[in-house]
Amino acid sequence: MLTHAWIIPLIPAISFVLILAIGKKLPRGGSEIGIASVAICFVLALTVAFGWVSRVNDGTPPEGRQSSQSYLITEGHETRPVTEADAEAENGTDAAAHGTEAEATSTDHEAEATESTEATATEDEHGTETSAEGEEGGEEHHATSAVVRDMTWFDSGGFDIRVGTMVDGLSSLMLVVVTLISLLVHVFSTDYVAGDRRYTHYFAFLSLFTASMLFFVLSSSTIQMIVGWELVGLCSFALIGHWWEEKPNSDAALKAFLTNRVGDVGLLCGMIILFFAANGSFDIVRITEMANEGAIRHSLLLIASLSLMTAVMSKSGQFVLHTWLPDAMAGPTPVSALIHAATMVVAGIYMVARLYPVFFEGLSIGTGNINALAIMGSVTLLFGALLAFVQSDIKKVLAYSTISQLGYMVMALGVGAWTAAIFHLFTHAIFKACLFLGSGSLAHHIHSFDMKKDMGGMRKVMPKTYATFLIGTAALMGVPLVTAGFWSKDEILAGAHMLGGGGDGYPFAIVMGLLGAICTCAYMTRAIWYVFFGEPRGKSAEMELHENGPRIVVPLMILAFGSIVAGFVNIPDGSIPWPAKWQLWFEHMVEPTGTYFVATNPDFGHPSFLPWVAVVSFGAIVVGAGAAYLWYWKGLGPHGITERNRFARAGYVVLEKKYGLDILYTDWIAGGVKGPIARAAYWINQNVIDGLVNLVGRTAAKTGQWVYRYVDQGAIDGAVNGSGATASGAGEVLRKTQTGKVQTYGSYLFVGAALLAAVIVVIAS
Amino acid sequence: MIAVLAAAAQNADAPVYVAQNVAFGIIAALMVFSAIRVVTTANVVHAAAYLVMVLAGAAAQFILLGAEFVAITQVMVYIGAVVVLFLFGIMLTKAPMRGEEFARRDQWLAGLFTSVVLFGVLIYGLLDGFGRSKIPQDLQPTLTGEVSDSIFGTYLLAFEAISLLLLAAAVGAIVVSKRD
Amino acid sequence: MLLNQFLVLAAVLFCIGVYGVIARKNGVLVLMSVELILNAVNINLVAFSAMTDSISGQVFALFVIAVAAAEVGVGLAIVLAIFRTHKTVDLDQVDLMKG
Repeated sequence: MLTHAWIIPLIPAISFVLILAIGKKLPRGGSEIGIASVAICFVLALTVAFGWVSRVNDGTPPEGRQSSQSYLITEGHETRPVTEADAEAENGTDAAAHGTEAEATSTDHEAEATESTEATATEDEHGTETSAEGEEGGEEHHATSAVVRDMTWFDSGGFDIRVGTMVDGLSSLMLVVVTLISLLVHVFSTDYVAGDRRYTHYFAFLSLFTASMLFFVLSSSTIQMIVGWELVGLCSFALIGHWWEEKPNSDAALKAFLTNRVGDVGLLCGMIILFFAANGSFDIVRITEMANEGAIRHSLLLIASLSLMTAVMSKSGQFVLHTWLPDAMAGPTPVSALIHAATMVVAGIYMVARLYPVFFEGLSIGTGNINALAIMGSVTLLFGALLAFVQSDIKKVLAYSTISQLGYMVMALGVGAWTAAIFHLFTHAIFKACLFLGSGSLAHHIHSFDMKKDMGGMRKVMPKTYATFLIGTAALMGVPLVTAGFWSKDEILAGAHMLGGGGDGYPFAIVMGLLGAICTCAYMTRAIWYVFFGEPRGKSAEMELHENGPRIVVPLMILAFGSIVAGFVNIPDGSIPWPAKWQLWFEHMVEPTGTYFVATNPDFGHPSFLPWVAVVSFGAIVVGAGAAYLWYWKGLGPHGITERNRFARAGYVVLEKKYGLDILYTDWIAGGVKGPIARAAYWINQNVIDGLVNLVGRTAAKTGQWVYRYVDQGAIDGAVNGSGATASGAGEVLRKTQTGKVQTYGSYLFVGAALLAAVIVVIAS
Repeated sequence: MIAVLAAAAQNADAPVYVAQNVAFGIIAALMVFSAIRVVTTANVVHAAAYLVMVLAGAAAQFILLGAEFVAITQVMVYIGAVVVLFLFGIMLTKAPMRGEEFARRDQWLAGLFTSVVLFGVLIYGLLDGFGRSKIPQDLQPTLTGEVSDSIFGTYLLAFEAISLLLLAAAVGAIVVSKRD
Repeated sequence: MLLNQFLVLAAVLFCIGVYGVIARKNGVLVLMSVELILNAVNINLVAFSAMTDSISGQVFALFVIAVAAAEVGVGLAIVLAIFRTHKTVDLDQVDLMKG
């Protein structure tokens, strides 16, 4: 199954076409095709995951240490005879003829005994110090390399573009997460959007999204990643604007799309730099191995990883480009759960995790004192959490909470805690989907997400939703020992303390992380107060509410169950009594051990369980939730301070305006750039080219005018009129700059190109 | 033009290929002269005629370089089709035959400035980069079969893309120019 | 033959074409100047093809010719449409892009 993973994205892709073609004629409007295809995918994803687990478990013992100089894909490719490939591929298409199978098993290739991941975490308590020890001794551990299978996509001018699948722990995990959440969202949607005017299209796009996301996570080449990345962006755009008849919805869709394009530029730049850095290869394994072995210059990796960070910033809603994500809540709630909380927004995290050696080397994660990724994540997690306080729309609270949690993941990657980030991605996907679907369940009848106006006291009418929402909230807060969120967040905090800076930790990151945890607890408690406690307000008071049907409640229950048990797959040693076989099982299975990952790097380590971090983060919960409890339930504290105190008011306004970023983007940058650049260019043109001819005469005349106007006239009424005249005169001159004459623009183009070429010639010679 | 002749003169020490060099010099001088007339003449129809000279000269240069198929295509497509299209364009737009083609001075200066800057950069780059590197003496005409193998083999995808582009251009031209 | 004699010829043609594109007022003449530029590129491609004894340059010259034909077709259609709406082919009169 591991080599046939390409079937998985294919099924929803076919389903997309089928739903569009015949969906409307079917009794359930095409949703049955969608559910069936995703259910099959889920089963197949589980098969892949089990296949991977058994592959890790049965890996052949190492055949001694060899140097790992071979680039898995180039040298490791086995081009099997066509007939064999045909029989195996069982796809019967021409593609099989080109299919080369690169199953790089440890028997075929160097089975390098990398340091034991188990050894690192279990054998000693000191995280980074282990690595040296682990390499020399400890249990002999084998590396399990990824199963890569690719074929020529197209070939132009002797340039071979390949497409294929790459299955390892990370992609198996993503397959399971995506298909599981997608399946539950499909089921939830059959009730939630029942009777919608574009019911069939909705399911078609859900299928397309699932297909693109699966395609993305299975990519074996960076060009394939770009394709998947853009496809999920397209689906996100279409689904945010699902009810496009209302202006805010279509605006939100456009905003999401355009903000993501900003990041896509970074993605393209980064991937192109990596392409050339890896001697003209799009292959992920090759790029990561070369980065790992130091075959690529550090400066190139630095620039590439900074460019790719822009992409992460837009897709995964990191600070300064996160503004689209709260607006994206204009889409149907199940879409928010699937795309804007659980799967698509983690595409950026996945990309960093997949190309981790690039970031690890480029940003000096292992050795540097601090790096851009850690800073970006830390800032995002706190600022996003602060913004969640001033929202009255429950979906927006959850959206900012998503931004904040994504910040945790980016921070974890930034400090070097790879497994912690991916583990948090996994648990977050489950409990955040639970929360979002819960908010959808709440709003299903009242058609409003406004906690302050239309909700309140809903724990009585919707007990099951209340219970599941509460469990999801507990997981998000990280209530110790029983919830999934605790184990993953705790690992991140421990990583921020123990890794990075060569083992000294990043105090900045851990402080921000703890502050973020306090805020998280406080705003979630606030949300629970508004939604479930107090007296019903607005629509919830007017309407006769009741619990939703099974198609809504059952997915909630499954996700709530997952929010509790998901944490137990990665119980660290020394925390709670747990069978040794299952300790750090997740890390053992998901973290790659092959040469395409940084596991062999001595600077790479794992955090171990730190009791004091757990205690401190528990303290954060008590402080955050307790403060919110006292404030809302008991009415303690300086209520109304925002009206009375100037500083508190200012802070509130800043948060309410979302730090003014929207104004900055639309009014200042977009509005500002259009005119001035053209004006400035024309000004230069006017003053340089015409100046050559007219300089002397004009200067003389202008001097005369200037003397007349400002000295002579200015003495009398210049003080009054002068400023106005200058302004309008300048405006008049500048207005001419946008002549609308194509040829003038053309001459700018050519002169600009010539000057650029001159600069390059000077630099090169 | 002087630069071209200078470049050709640099080659005086070449042993046998005098005939080619002489042919090159004459054709190049003619091309440059015609090209200058294309952009300076006041009469649009004359400009088209001068353009034919430049295009034919380019075809002759291609033959000198052994690219016979490209040269024939150049004659058939450019002179046979494109220039005729230009003449139709001139007729259909009923452009006055003379007198209106005096560009504004700032535009004229901008053009001159741009092209001189470009020319400076180009010449510096070329002389710096390629100095006195020679085209192989035993230049053989390329067989048309090789060209077709390359187009329909290595560059098949690009060929398909260009076919699609031509189709789109044909449709677009009809849509843009139709009376509605 | 020197490689540079062809390259310099192409550079001269290119610069003349650029001058024409910027300085001429008649839309049809601007298109002709674009043809000069494209021809300069073709000469370069074929010269390098002969220099490196590789067929790719000639293939791309053919592609450029095809693209040029498409460009002239669309360009002249636009000039015709402009002539119909503005009664002129003088590009100075056409300033719809004025901001």
